[in-house]
Amino acid sequence: MASPPRQPTIARRSLAARRNRGEHLLFIALLAPNLLLFAVFTYWPLLYNLYLSFVSWNFLRPRKIWVGLENYAFIASDRQFWQIVANTAIFALGSVGLTLSLGLAIALLVNQPLRGRDAARAVIFSPVVLSGAVIAVVWTYIFDPRYGLLAQVLGWASIASPDWLVDKFWAMPAVVLVYVWKNIGYAVVIYLAGLRSIPRELYDAALVDGAGPWARFRHVTIPGLSPIAFFLSITSVLTCFQSFDIVKVLTDGGPAIATTTLIYRLYDLGFVSYSAGEAGVVAIVLFLIMLLLTLVQLRYIEQRVTYA
Amino acid sequence: MRDALPLDGAPVVSAHPADRASRSLPLTLLGYAALILAVVAIGMPLYWTVIASFKQTREIYSIPVTWFPAQPTVENYFKAWAGAPFGRYYLNSLITTIVGSAAEVFFATTSAYALALLRFPRKELIFVLLLTALMIPAEITIVPNYLTIAALGWTNTYQGIIVPGASVAFGTFLLRQAFRSLPYEVIEAARVDGAGQLRVLFSVVLPMAQPALVTMALLSVVGKWNDFLWPLLVTNTSDMRTLPIGIYWLRNQEGVTDWGVVMAGSLFLIVPMLLVFLLAQRSIVEGMTAGAVKG
Repeated sequence: MASPPRQPTIARRSLAARRNRGEHLLFIALLAPNLLLFAVFTYWPLLYNLYLSFVSWNFLRPRKIWVGLENYAFIASDRQFWQIVANTAIFALGSVGLTLSLGLAIALLVNQPLRGRDAARAVIFSPVVLSGAVIAVVWTYIFDPRYGLLAQVLGWASIASPDWLVDKFWAMPAVVLVYVWKNIGYAVVIYLAGLRSIPRELYDAALVDGAGPWARFRHVTIPGLSPIAFFLSITSVLTCFQSFDIVKVLTDGGPAIATTTLIYRLYDLGFVSYSAGEAGVVAIVLFLIMLLLTLVQLRYIEQRVTYA
Repeated sequence: MRDALPLDGAPVVSAHPADRASRSLPLTLLGYAALILAVVAIGMPLYWTVIASFKQTREIYSIPVTWFPAQPTVENYFKAWAGAPFGRYYLNSLITTIVGSAAEVFFATTSAYALALLRFPRKELIFVLLLTALMIPAEITIVPNYLTIAALGWTNTYQGIIVPGASVAFGTFLLRQAFRSLPYEVIEAARVDGAGQLRVLFSVVLPMAQPALVTMALLSVVGKWNDFLWPLLVTNTSDMRTLPIGIYWLRNQEGVTDWGVVMAGSLFLIVPMLLVFLLAQRSIVEGMTAGAVKG
């Protein structure tokens, strides 16, 4: 300990030191269990994935064979893998694009002084708290090409229902539809919080300047919401990358691999085809993509805090 | 019931007098039409689930479909209950949710207290360590964690389901933020009065931070109750499955052949969560928006 400028009595100093040490010990004791669990079930698995990505192993053989970058080379040359990457991108962009644009429209509506908007907001948000698995089960029935809800609705417009979940073209739109339906409420409440955070004075000033409703929307609301929209787009993409339950229950990644995303592939390699090495590669790829997105977001937030 | 999301009472942007004056009747009607459309589009699948659960099998498989059960029956509920061990699924879901969330609340509270209110050299490093944990999603850890749980002999056990997800980063940040915003003088006064750290935590900090604590606990409960991937991997007998895994298997058995039963089973999961949501809308929504809007 650095010696303090004024010399306290020895007794007082040792008391302070003891109290400090006590506080440090308590700090460690309080954080240790949480950090220990993270070490075992979060940090270590990341490193172990990295190790697995360099070996050939089927989980049963006692020995893992070091193969260097072979797994990476194999995956990079696998046409299926690139289709899965494309699927993931389509799923993420489609879901996030629709969620953010429709979510904005609904948020602007719910923000109007209309009667019953609180109830409307509750209905719109409710799917967010439901399990993705049960939602996918319910939607399997809704997608039923003969007796399902969607077939009825399309029937009103005399459109024949596709066989959503087994059609190579329609399976992905079906997954996106369910995902948007489940998550749009989240975007709505975030936008609403954003709308609330736009200072009233900006609207008043625009009004004084003679700005009409459209000009106020264009020059006050949109710029005011853009930080929130940015936050929302990144977090939504991250959530998409982690979304497993809807795909698993709705399509099982099929037909063929039409709705297989990276996370589904990771599950498939690890727990269906028992290829630890390739699962490791996919886990690392997935992690790097998500890390990059998170860093972009953190950097952006930091910039806003610093320069705004 | 307390209605309401955090936005009530907030100034409604367009309720400005100038706007209201210029708001024409057709525009208002258009607004209502659009709002109703949005509510119907999102509410309809849930309505469809409920009516199907009360329909007789014959009615479900007849065209044109009916929008209200012609001869309502509760038979589907009995069939679903008998078709899969739902009692056991409930028990498993309750155990894993309650114990898992309790662990999260405990770890978040202790970690947040240490980070917010205790001195420690370079504690921002610990903070960064937790932030890193937030960037490693549980989904990519499934293979190594499965190996760990298997090595411990914990597959198909409650601890196998609960322990890997018991640590908590997001909740720690949420509570740390709440603890830091508490009036420091009150905490300092308690310390001067000779209260020990644990005493300060339990009788000063926690009571004051109760809303944040409730929010964090609710988010945790929703997450645990709905968790799918990990319990799917780590359970391998029917008697250890949680509700989301159970309904998945029920659909695989009965789907297509008897949608009424599957919809009734689905409602076994949906109804409890919707009740929790209706009772605690405000806390849940606040927690979910906490990360987005700072301050």
